[in-house]
Amino acid sequence: MRQSKPQLIINGKRIDGREPQDLRQIKMEVGILKNADGSALVEIGGTKVLAAVYGPREVVPRHQEQVDRAIIRCRYRMLSFSTLGERKSPAPTRREIELSKVIREALEPAILSTQFPRAAIDVFVEVINAEGGTRTAGITAASLALADAGIPMLDLVAAVAVGKIDGVIVLDLNEVEDMYGEADMPVAAMPSLKRVTMLQLNGVLTPDEFKKAFALALEGINKIYQFQKEVLRKKYVEVEE
Amino acid sequence: MSSTPEIPIIPKIKLDTILNVVTKGFHIDKRPLLNYRNIEVVKNVAPNADSSVLVKLGHTQILVGIKVDVGQPFPDNPEEGVLIVNAEYIPAASPSFEPGPPDENAIELARVIDRSLRESKAIALDRLLIIPGKKTWIIWLDIYVLDHDGNLVDAAMIGSMLALAQLKIPYFEVDQVTGSIKIDKSRYTGSLSINRYVATVTVYKVGDVLLVDPTAEEEAIASASISISVSEEGNIVGMQKRGMGFFTEKEIEQAIDISLHKGKELIELMKRFSS
Amino acid sequence: MSSPVKRVIALPGDLIVIDKNISIEGTNLYKLSENTYIVTTISIQDYEEGEKKRIRVVSLKGRYIPKEGDVVIGIIIDVTLSYWLADIKSPYPAILNASDYLGKSFNPALENIRKYLDIGDVIIAKVAQFDRSRLPTLTVQDKGLGKVIGGSLVEIEPSKVGRVIGRKKSMISMLTEQTKCEFVVGINGRILLRCPNSDLEYIAILAIKKIEEEAHIIGLTERIKEFIINEKVKRGLIRYETE
Repeated sequence: MRQSKPQLIINGKRIDGREPQDLRQIKMEVGILKNADGSALVEIGGTKVLAAVYGPREVVPRHQEQVDRAIIRCRYRMLSFSTLGERKSPAPTRREIELSKVIREALEPAILSTQFPRAAIDVFVEVINAEGGTRTAGITAASLALADAGIPMLDLVAAVAVGKIDGVIVLDLNEVEDMYGEADMPVAAMPSLKRVTMLQLNGVLTPDEFKKAFALALEGINKIYQFQKEVLRKKYVEVEE
Repeated sequence: MSSTPEIPIIPKIKLDTILNVVTKGFHIDKRPLLNYRNIEVVKNVAPNADSSVLVKLGHTQILVGIKVDVGQPFPDNPEEGVLIVNAEYIPAASPSFEPGPPDENAIELARVIDRSLRESKAIALDRLLIIPGKKTWIIWLDIYVLDHDGNLVDAAMIGSMLALAQLKIPYFEVDQVTGSIKIDKSRYTGSLSINRYVATVTVYKVGDVLLVDPTAEEEAIASASISISVSEEGNIVGMQKRGMGFFTEKEIEQAIDISLHKGKELIELMKRFSS
Repeated sequence: MSSPVKRVIALPGDLIVIDKNISIEGTNLYKLSENTYIVTTISIQDYEEGEKKRIRVVSLKGRYIPKEGDVVIGIIIDVTLSYWLADIKSPYPAILNASDYLGKSFNPALENIRKYLDIGDVIIAKVAQFDRSRLPTLTVQDKGLGKVIGGSLVEIEPSKVGRVIGRKKSMISMLTEQTKCEFVVGINGRILLRCPNSDLEYIAILAIKKIEEEAHIIGLTERIKEFIINEKVKRGLIRYETE
């Protein structure tokens, strides 16, 4: 149900009180599942995403295997009660199928998959609560889960969306901003190598606005990346009483 | 079509170890056979759901969420509201689970929970009715297994019961002219009425020994199990035998005794968690 | 005693830049340029001062990848007419040929090899061959290899096996001495224990799990020894430390 557009910027601030360049509050946890080889939970604002990784493991069915590298398989999925409004049917939507591919391709450049020919690495992203930015939180969580599984990567992948709302370029859109804003641009990158692994734009930006938005996204990605590293490091230092 | 499942491969020496400890009266984690693992409950983990609960039973983790909606009552039951239970074993939960629609185990789990809640009249479905025969609240209860370390049914029932106990019915208005219903989820009409608590206790047979709450490894070597749902009044409100083995008549009697006793404990625990 | 060591946790994406006075080693390093390396897994990074400056990067997590000569513990998962398939906790199951196991050629038409090894049986074996283009093959033709009859199996991260053994076998000798258990350590992260009683077995398992969790800590052997002694005191196996 699309209601009339609310005012998104009031006195320079956003509806949740943030400045344009602010991220929402972030919480990350690693290694929360026993069975999965790697797992992570990422919360950003009201968005909560679980990622689990299995592998490298044998490829079933066999015909999918590739002789010179591991295949990466990824499924992004929203739990039936994760969105506002009606219950979502469990059957995969076109959106979920596209995002599964986009997330996989955001991770592929980081994973050293040629080290495991004929094997598979499976990535499962489950959205528990959706309030904007589920694909980017999914990528951030999946890359933590891959690290937790010990899968060799050139870098962690961190992701965030930028956008334009009421004419202002802002970082990390929430649900309402995403719905009523003029543009929404999710970006993923490997920060230490400065490689961009996902870029999508839904909306309209001038070339200048794009430049500004892109720079803001990379700044946000850097902060999320620092957060990822801190969480991974803490997991091992904690033991040292 | 249901066919004989592949038997999970457990190293023989591990199998011997488990059988050996179980015969001495303990689980492999040193608990007595009729003790549950530690149970942890986290409420409201998915705020967009109308109610949600995460249950941790040892390393088993189950997430239950509820969405309510307005729709038509079932034609064969026009005087009651609707409860729909679904379950899914997500592929994150075990290396042997595959992505795809729920398999026979997930569907069986959902239906065991559904029947136990329905037949015991655990929740007041009649009070969910808005316009008899025409409009009612529909409760969609979805169970997701996030991490599988055994005894999924008992954990799923705890999660389902607690999610229902937390559920608030949104505020609504009936348009007298068109008969349409306007829902406002920012306000509430009240809580869902719980008539009684129900617990499911699954008794597993490992060798000749009966036990509750196995880990996944122990569960894999159980020849059979029986899920017995009990109400807070001490009635048996649902049963389901599973597995390729069997129970003797005497074992069934023992299983019922165990379930009545452990069910009472679980119900007390649930009541503490929901207050 | 070796040179003083500075230890940090290194993570995927960490860049290590070295000059020509420093040597660097680690299986999980990706060479980006002449003097720059990328850490690719969660690791401990040791920096050794002293005459020869050295950086060592060791993974804390990761699947086992077979290497020729490794002694591994496998579980039989399939039987064919002339060979067995064993799970060795790697992405690839391993082949054990019946002729190797029996130490002679044999005729599959006359014998069913299931009577020697069946699904679920545990074996200690050595990786005979692996080149990543075909499945690894195993051999049991060496001392101490073959079918396992009794004992307990513990699984740990393969990357932490080195810590369970310890430098110059210091950890495993201490474990053996303190728990009186016999240990067979598979490089693939499976450890077989044979213990005098269930209390000592339980303590040994707890100790191994503790080594796994605290693998990155310096001075681990002493710490684990203390832990075992405390556990023994707690269980009334000893009154106080006697040595």
